[in-house]
Amino acid sequence: MNASRSDHALELLSLKKTFGGLTVTHNVSLSVSPGERRLIIGPNGAGKTTLFNQISGDLRPNSGVVRLFGRDVTQLPPYRRAHLGLSRTYQIITLFSGDTLEHNIMLGMLGLRPSRWQMCRPLSFYGDLATEAHRMLDTVGLLHLAGRPISDVAYGEKRRVELAMALAQKPRLLLLDEPLAGLSNAERSTVKSLITSIPREITIIMIEHDMDTALELAETVTLLDYGRVIVDGERDAVIADERTREVYLGT
Amino acid sequence: MKWLATIVIVASFALPPFFAGDFYINLASQILIASIFALSLNLLVGFGGMTSLGHASYLGIAAYVSALLTSRYGFGHGAAAMLSLSATVVMAALFGLIALRASGLGFLMITLALSQVLWGLAYRMSGVTNGDNGVAGLTRPAPFGIPLETPASFYWFVLFIAVLSFLMMAIFVSSAFGSSLRGVRDQPRRMAALGFNPWLIRWITFVYAGFWGGISGLLYVYYHKYIHPSALSITSSAEALLGVIAGGSGTLGGPVVGAAVVLLLKNFASAYVERWNMLLGFVFLFIVLVMPAGIVPGVEKLTARFRGKRS
Repeated sequence: MNASRSDHALELLSLKKTFGGLTVTHNVSLSVSPGERRLIIGPNGAGKTTLFNQISGDLRPNSGVVRLFGRDVTQLPPYRRAHLGLSRTYQIITLFSGDTLEHNIMLGMLGLRPSRWQMCRPLSFYGDLATEAHRMLDTVGLLHLAGRPISDVAYGEKRRVELAMALAQKPRLLLLDEPLAGLSNAERSTVKSLITSIPREITIIMIEHDMDTALELAETVTLLDYGRVIVDGERDAVIADERTREVYLGT
Repeated sequence: MKWLATIVIVASFALPPFFAGDFYINLASQILIASIFALSLNLLVGFGGMTSLGHASYLGIAAYVSALLTSRYGFGHGAAAMLSLSATVVMAALFGLIALRASGLGFLMITLALSQVLWGLAYRMSGVTNGDNGVAGLTRPAPFGIPLETPASFYWFVLFIAVLSFLMMAIFVSSAFGSSLRGVRDQPRRMAALGFNPWLIRWITFVYAGFWGGISGLLYVYYHKYIHPSALSITSSAEALLGVIAGGSGTLGGPVVGAAVVLLLKNFASAYVERWNMLLGFVFLFIVLVMPAGIVPGVEKLTARFRGKRS
C-alpha cells in the first residue's frame, strides 16, 4: 500500500479544518487513483465543498496533508496547484459575465501559459487559443454562442461553459462541484453524457446531489457527514451499506 | 462613427497652439498632465478594482526628486528624470508590497496613509524639501536643444508625451495581461483556480501605474517650475479619483474627460464663484445621478439610444 502511494492522483491524510469552534473537516483521509470517477455525497452542511476548497487550495487545513500526484501541496496556493494539473468548477457560477463565451474559455487556457504575462499583444490575437476554445465549445455544444457575452446565455448553458473552461485546461484531476445543480432534465442528460465522454486520463472527483444521475457516473463513492468520512468504497458497496441509508438515503 | 469621433477628438488636441491665447494653451497643457495622472490611477481603479486614495505619492515623489536633483545637486534634466522615475518605481514597488496585503477599503486606507506620510515628510523635513515654501526657481528641460519656455512649445512637448502614455496604457489594458487584470478584478478566486497569480498581477499593475504617475509628476514640475507639499496632499489624490469616476472608470477616454472637467471647473468657476469646491461637488453629484457609470459610458449609452430611435 505504501509503495503505491505516489501513484495516487489525490491523497488526503487526516485533514482537519475548523471555523471557530465548528469542525467542518474531521480527520478526513482518502485516496483517489488515476482515472477514477469518485462521487462525494453527504447531506447539506456535511463539508463537501469545504473539502473541495482544501483540495483546490482556496482554504488551508488546520492540520493534515494534501498530496496531488504524489506531491505535498498542502502549503501551495491555488494557482500553483492549477499548474500541477488541477482544475475545478464551482457550485455557484463564477464566470466573467461581461465577456464572450470564447473569451472566458481563452482566459482559462491563458492561465496555464507563459503568455499570460504578455503586455503588448491582445488575447484575441492568439489564434491557437481561439481555435482550441472553439473546439472546446463545440464539444459542449455551444459553438453557435461563442461570440455572445455570458450574461446573454441561459443558466444551463453557463453550467456547460463552466465545464468547458475546466476541460480546456487539460487537467489531470478535475473537481466538479454540483455540475448538475439547477438543470432541466434535458440539460441534465446532456451534461451527464458530457461527463461520461471525458477521457480516462482525467481523474474526476464530483460532488452531486442528484443521486440517480450521479451514481451512474461514479465508480467509487465517499459519504461524508458532519465532516467525517462515514463510508468509502465501491459504489454498490456504499449504496448497500447500512450507514448510507441511515445518513443520506433515508429509509 | 466611433472612429470619426476619435479622430475629431484627437485632432482637437492639436488646435490650441494655433488659435488659443497663452492662458488657454497653458490650461490645455495642465489638462493633458492631469489626464496622464488620471489614466495611470484608472489602471488601478477601473481596470484593477483597486481604489487608491494615495496616487499623488508617485506624482509628488517624481516631481520632488527631479526638482531637488536639478536645483540643488546640479544634475541635468535627463539624468534627473531617469533617477526620479527609478525612485518612483522603487517606491511604488515597496508601497505595493504593503498596500496589497489588503483589498477594498483596507487597500484604500493604506494607500491614503502612505501618501499622508510622504506629505508629512515633505512639510516637515524642511532641510531637504524646503517645507511649506516649496522648491522654487526650477527650469524646464530642453530636449534635443529645443527650449520649452513658451506655452506653445511646452504644449507640444506635453502632447507628445501624453499621446505616448495614452497609447502605452491602452496597449497594456488590452493585452493578454490586461485581460487577466480585469479577470482578477471581477473574479479573483476563479482566476487563482485557473492558474493566475492574482497578487502578482495586481502588484505589477500597481508598479506600472506608479511609473505613469511619475511621468505625470515630471511634467507637473516642468510646467509649474515649482513644487509644494500640496502636490502630495489628499486633495491631489482625491481630485484625480473624482476625475476618473466622473469620466468613467475602466474606460480609456473617461479619465481624460474627467481630468478636463475638474481643471476647467477649477479654472473658470474659481474666477466667478468663491466657493468653487462646492460647485465642483454639485457637478459631481449631478454626473453621478445622471450617468452613474461616468460621462464617457453615459454619452455612449445616449448616442446608442439616439441612433436606435432613428433607425
